[in-house]
Amino acid sequence: MMSSRLRVFLLWVLLMCGGVAVVANSRFSTDISFFLPSRPTPEQQVLVNQLQDGSVSRLLMLAVEGGSESQRAQASRAMRKGLLAGGQFVSVQNGEAAATDGERDFFLRYRYQLSPAVNEQRFSEAGLREAVGDTIQSLASPMGLLIKPFLAQDPTGELLAVLEQLNPGAQPEMRAGVWASRDGERAMMLLETRAQGSDIDGQAQAIERVREAFDTAKAGLASGGGADLSMQLSGPGLFAVQSRESIKAEVSKLLLISTLGIVGVLLWAYRSPRLLALGLLPMLSGALAGAVVVSLVYGTVFGITVGFGSALIGEAVDYAIYFFVQSGRLGLTHWRRSFWPTIRLGVMTSALGFGALLFSGFPGLAQLGLYALSGVVTAALVTRFVLPILAGQVHSVPEPGRWVHSVLTLLGQAYRLRIGVLALAMAAGSYLWLERGNLWGANLSALSTVTEAEGANDGRLRADLAAPDARYLVLVTGASQEAALQAAEQVGDLLNGLVGEGVIGGYDTPVRFLPSAERQNRRLAALPEPAVLQARLAAALVDSPLSASKLGPFVEGVASARSAGPLQRKDLDGTAMALAVDAMLTQSAGGWNVMLPLRLPSDEGDMPVDRLESALAGSGAVFVDMKGEFDTLYGGYVSEAVRLSLAGCALIVLLLAFTLRSPVRLMRVLVTLVLTVAVVIAGLHASGEKLHLLHLVGMLLIVAVGSNYALFFDRAAGGEPLDAATLMSLCVATLTTAIGFGTLAASRVPVLNAIGTTVGPGALLALLLAAVFVYPPQRR
Amino acid sequence: MKRFVRWAILGLGLVASLAHAAYSVDQLMADLAQNKGGRARFVEKRFVALLDKPVVASGEMLYTPPHRLEKHTLLPKPESMVLDKDTLSMERDKRRMSINVSSRPEAQAFVESIRSTLSGNRQALEAHYRLELEGERTGWTLTLLPTEPEIAALLQRVTVSGSHKQVQRIEYLQVDGDRSELTIEVLEP
Repeated sequence: MMSSRLRVFLLWVLLMCGGVAVVANSRFSTDISFFLPSRPTPEQQVLVNQLQDGSVSRLLMLAVEGGSESQRAQASRAMRKGLLAGGQFVSVQNGEAAATDGERDFFLRYRYQLSPAVNEQRFSEAGLREAVGDTIQSLASPMGLLIKPFLAQDPTGELLAVLEQLNPGAQPEMRAGVWASRDGERAMMLLETRAQGSDIDGQAQAIERVREAFDTAKAGLASGGGADLSMQLSGPGLFAVQSRESIKAEVSKLLLISTLGIVGVLLWAYRSPRLLALGLLPMLSGALAGAVVVSLVYGTVFGITVGFGSALIGEAVDYAIYFFVQSGRLGLTHWRRSFWPTIRLGVMTSALGFGALLFSGFPGLAQLGLYALSGVVTAALVTRFVLPILAGQVHSVPEPGRWVHSVLTLLGQAYRLRIGVLALAMAAGSYLWLERGNLWGANLSALSTVTEAEGANDGRLRADLAAPDARYLVLVTGASQEAALQAAEQVGDLLNGLVGEGVIGGYDTPVRFLPSAERQNRRLAALPEPAVLQARLAAALVDSPLSASKLGPFVEGVASARSAGPLQRKDLDGTAMALAVDAMLTQSAGGWNVMLPLRLPSDEGDMPVDRLESALAGSGAVFVDMKGEFDTLYGGYVSEAVRLSLAGCALIVLLLAFTLRSPVRLMRVLVTLVLTVAVVIAGLHASGEKLHLLHLVGMLLIVAVGSNYALFFDRAAGGEPLDAATLMSLCVATLTTAIGFGTLAASRVPVLNAIGTTVGPGALLALLLAAVFVYPPQRR
Repeated sequence: MKRFVRWAILGLGLVASLAHAAYSVDQLMADLAQNKGGRARFVEKRFVALLDKPVVASGEMLYTPPHRLEKHTLLPKPESMVLDKDTLSMERDKRRMSINVSSRPEAQAFVESIRSTLSGNRQALEAHYRLELEGERTGWTLTLLPTEPEIAALLQRVTVSGSHKQVQRIEYLQVDGDRSELTIEVLEP
């Protein structure tokens, strides 16, 4: 006997140590892929890519305000210089010299591969005459200074042709040589971080760098004028960092409060720190087991899984309470024989509920299900097999106080509330029926921690900077990189037409920096051999002020472009264009994808979706509205989660039917659970909450916790009278659950708040309704 | 007698130099500011080292003080350039482009040299140039010498000459020796 107990204990210790080792080596991820589908459609894939490493997800927008115009401009210049030197930013734009010398040299070097103007006609005698004439005339324009140094090597003006297509549609205002807001009161900057949007640590570092650069710039302002300057920052990265910070801060604060509350209740119930410590073992073992199993199955554990999962297996604290309070009074053997089956049934219903989530296509939900399932089962096993060993034969829990007996008496009278509760249930039921169409919020932003003020600030900065929000994209695919680029060029030709008509404001495409080899070769093939070119030039420039004899560098440039062949992706390495291309051109399992972000026709204009779709029809390109896609995606999760929860509930009903073997008793337990959930949903919705995914998770938890209460009361209905100790354990368990989730309800973080407001009242209500419907009437 | 002649010559010289010095930059600016704008014909000659002969262009200019200046080239090829506040739009063939001149310091310096001269905005001119004035009201020459290093690296000086409130000729001399001359002939006041 002793040896087998020792073996169990050693096995548990061994497993726990192994678990710690596994968790220590697990990859914990805090990125938003928690919310992304595991088997995405092409449109969803675009969304995933954009959110994870799209250039838009790496944009930070910045405004410097206060002080004088020149102080703001000075600060903006100093920050740009400092941030560019740090190497954490791909680009730092504030309106100063748009193209750097490095970019200009790159465009000059590959001008014949990149210029859309290059064709046979342009290099004929007449074409050369016209192109060179144009360039000479351009010398008179303000662009003249830019092109004059390259006149001898680029007399046809290909550099200008390449640069012209980079000219974006909208530009911010300028004040004192740098970008400014529309009212001129703020200096504006647009930054692109090197860290991916999903790399929250990297984003946090980049934001820290920006703040340092601002402080340095402020301190560096002459005559101490910097004191009046302040900075505003926004962007997806900032929101991600802030969201993580606020969840972290709230979780640790709330955890402290609820731990104090729960520990207080347990100390009062046990009057023994030893039992208190032992009582936490099943839950801790469960949390560890959950993390281990998720890590082994998925490879990566989402931080958010552990956070919510721990709340879900908080129910495991109850197991220890049942064990100590009940076995202390009745002895271990009696507890095992008489109470363990009830607890086991409760565990099984919880496991079925959580297990249903395993089949979700939403990896976050599936992980949560797996975590909670393994956690609850482990906690139950530890309660059943390890706690008795550690607790020993002697663990006395104080006698239930007199209040328990009063409660027991009240409990016997609870059935009298049936009429009232049924009326309440009817009201809740009809309310839900009437509101059935708009119970669920179809918007994932409900989960966002971004406040209204932050959202408004973001919108203002975006408008001042004319920054893309990349809501609309065109997706083009190809079997190879070359095929994808060719397809992007064909779609680009279609879009050019729409830009010309003013239907859209413009679009970005990687083929401006990396045209398909086919198109580049076509351009290069249009370039004549040196001797031919020389002869044509001589003829074309007979009357021109620019004599052909001075254009040696041009003839050489054309000849070397002919022999250099097409520009490849690797030639872009080390330039800002490389990142731009990589952000738009990505490889996936099925081939290559090109994303072309679209710009709205005007500031207030709407995207003419119909025109776009009809223009793109038959081209193989897909028009994607990211917001619509996101909403569809989220709506899909909610309806899937509802389906899975219903399936889980059906399994729970089967299990209960099989165990209880009494239609009447089954009905009573089910009525309790269904009514609890219905009243909680109706209450939340009536109080103005839009229900979302996390409310649903909370409801699963109500079913899990509530079924335990119902089953204990059901034992009395089955002929085993409820004693004071068991009732006390139930009360203590309910109290700890209510404290734990009640504190979550006080959170301002929407996801935590949702779980708290659902489970806190739900647990209390489940206990009450179980008393009303399940506990047998004690007629005096 | 000798003494008298000496005094007389000195006195005349003094009067003459006083009269000369009397036409100050401030007065010129005040005169220029009175220009109500209007239509003018222009001929622009551009001398570029690489080119064998000057490039000549001509057309009409339209000035609406103080912010708008249109330059419509008719020969050798139609082209138009409109400067409205800080936006410079260009149109040639079917190509249009517009830039914000304040985003390019060198473009801004060019723009201010003509626009601020036309509107008599001394402050704007002195933000980029040191001013030197010669001549008198009926025939003056204002030389603009760039003060900012970035501009001075490109542009040696701008020489504006005219009479009364009318600018008649603007010459840009670049550091590399290239230059351009713009002569302006008023069509309608």
